[in-house]
Amino acid sequence: MFRKLAATAITVIALTTGAVVAAPVTGPIENIDFSFDGPFGTYDQNQLQRGLQVYTQVCAACHGLKYVPLRTLGDKGGPYLPEDQVRAYAEFYEIYDDELDDFRAAKPSDNFPESNLENAPDLSLMAKARAGFSGPYGLGINQLLNGIGGPEYITALLNGYTGEEKEEAGSVVYENVVFPGGWTAMAPPLYGEDVEFVDGSPNDKKSLTKDVSAFLMWTAEPKMADRKQAGFVGVLFLTILSVLLYLTNKRLWAPVKARYKKK
Amino acid sequence: MSGIPHDHYEPKTRGEKWLHTRLPIVGLLYDTLMIPTPKNLNWMWIWGIVLAFCLVLQIVTGVILAMHYTPQVDLAFASVEHIVRNVNGGAMLRYLHMNGASLFFIAVYAHIFRGLYYGSYKAPREITWIIGMLIYVLMMGTAFMGYVLPWGQMSFWGATVITGLFGAIPFVGEALQTWLLGGPSVDNATLNRFFSLHYLLPFVIAGLVVLHIWAFHTTGNGNPTGVEVRRGSREEAEKDTLPFWPYFVIKDLFALAVILVVFFAVVGYMPNYLGHPDNYMEANPLVTPANIVPEWYFLPFYAILRAFTDDVWVVQFAGFVTGGIVDAKFFGVAAMFGAIIVIALAPWLDTSSVRSARYRPMLKWWFWLLVVDFFVLMWVGARPAEEPYSSIALIASAYWFAYFLIILPLLGVIEKPDAQPATIEEDFAAHYGGDDAAKSPSTQPAE
Repeated sequence: MFRKLAATAITVIALTTGAVVAAPVTGPIENIDFSFDGPFGTYDQNQLQRGLQVYTQVCAACHGLKYVPLRTLGDKGGPYLPEDQVRAYAEFYEIYDDELDDFRAAKPSDNFPESNLENAPDLSLMAKARAGFSGPYGLGINQLLNGIGGPEYITALLNGYTGEEKEEAGSVVYENVVFPGGWTAMAPPLYGEDVEFVDGSPNDKKSLTKDVSAFLMWTAEPKMADRKQAGFVGVLFLTILSVLLYLTNKRLWAPVKARYKKK
Repeated sequence: MSGIPHDHYEPKTRGEKWLHTRLPIVGLLYDTLMIPTPKNLNWMWIWGIVLAFCLVLQIVTGVILAMHYTPQVDLAFASVEHIVRNVNGGAMLRYLHMNGASLFFIAVYAHIFRGLYYGSYKAPREITWIIGMLIYVLMMGTAFMGYVLPWGQMSFWGATVITGLFGAIPFVGEALQTWLLGGPSVDNATLNRFFSLHYLLPFVIAGLVVLHIWAFHTTGNGNPTGVEVRRGSREEAEKDTLPFWPYFVIKDLFALAVILVVFFAVVGYMPNYLGHPDNYMEANPLVTPANIVPEWYFLPFYAILRAFTDDVWVVQFAGFVTGGIVDAKFFGVAAMFGAIIVIALAPWLDTSSVRSARYRPMLKWWFWLLVVDFFVLMWVGARPAEEPYSSIALIASAYWFAYFLIILPLLGVIEKPDAQPATIEEDFAAHYGGDDAAKSPSTQPAE
């Protein structure tokens, strides 16, 4: 009976859910083994710092991260920059202050600035706003196995340029096999060796795109480690509670059932 | 409270007597908690407690979220991110509330299908059933408005599509839609009223839950055999029942704990699995998403809504008869609400004198087909409106109505039910006593 119940619950969830996800993805998106995958996966601090550097030197020219507080760069489980570096990094940005009615250097208590270009979307939540995997047949089983595939989508997009470009309504668009519709207004941002890392980490195109995707996953889901821990504690204690309640229930009902047992 | 004879609360100490003569609240709680409950309830009778838990979970997490949320179109999306990033435990609260809605609907669907299989809706429990359906409709309203609050792309466009349904009603539709939205389109006024109602309706639901419990405590619980508890005397009733506390409280809590293991695994490890990625983009009235999809729990009815297009003959016929007043859009809206109304009418559509499908050899098959139908509708509801999905949706919608409007009334006439056990005790003994007990001869004729 218990098995039936658990099976029902799992089936219901598995069947109902995936149906929801139907993101229009055209190109092939491959699963990537990120450090934050799986129930115990955490962000790789060094990778996030490299991703931050790629973001700062390349993406930030056009895009913003307006929902991300700068101080969270110092959060444990995130890039974990020392306090003075966070402060120094914040000063790198100029933001508009309503009270001063003027621009000033950003402080750790401020958020990242908004996008510089009007048609460059904010990237704070991009890794959760895109689904790399759906299917098969919109059932979402791929997501159950590999996750929703947001960072994979970003990596694939950054590597998805064919090199073709054309003019459309007065502006240049670039062909990309991953972008819905096949053509995007964003010029290929990364070619490899665009950024130099102090520790000499590889800076080929593949590595850079992965690093920045991991960083954007962190900006989208900064509390992932806490969440997984809460989930683990919840599952652990509720499992213990289930066992105790199962035994209590069994013992409680035993005399009632025994009355009808064959003598 | 219950019609089943059982012992009642007797105040013993002076203090208890003092309170009891002024406000018999302890007696009320005692009688509610000690209600005689059929011994043979199976594991499908645990969803009630899961639903009660969900209501409390949603209200508690919701009240705290409301402390940090801002219902204003320019600030709403950012205030949700503020909750997730800056409020202590905010990320967890938000995910609990988000996925709590899904658990709520998984439980309510299991609860409703339990009722349909075991004939829980039949006399004398029609009022319990109707109140239950009211709760379900309010749940859908609450969930729909709650989904609008984060002000993401799907929030906005879902609200636009669903409120647009009211615009399809002939003559008054447009005025009604404007009145609901507080303006010509989904905007700040809409967000504000949705927030207000999203906070109000759960408490209305809580009130109806009290009535729901009161109603079935008056008639007594149903049970898997559909045979009523013997009420001749207390001794007789006690052979069929056990008090709710502790027997069923512990059993239900065990089931709840197991379900919460799964729930916490989802919240902890894949909290966005049930959501739509587009809702992590702020609402933009100028950009329409490629495929507007409601939350999973609306999908079956959304599929029915979309199934009835211009080229379906019933739609053309309805249009012809009414001189064009009923168009495809209104027909779809009527079908969607009709699909819920037919569930509520089940007590009067089902003509069989036998409650439980356990003893109805034909209904069993049709019932399981209905369950499959429900999942098929859910699946096509999320697919784009194109072939082959449109045809599948149409067939599946037709079966949904056929089950309630044709099969339920007809089976009562043509089906020959199996023999039912004479008493609940007999069913219980057959289950736990092995073959000998099961062979006890007292089975009553089915009709």
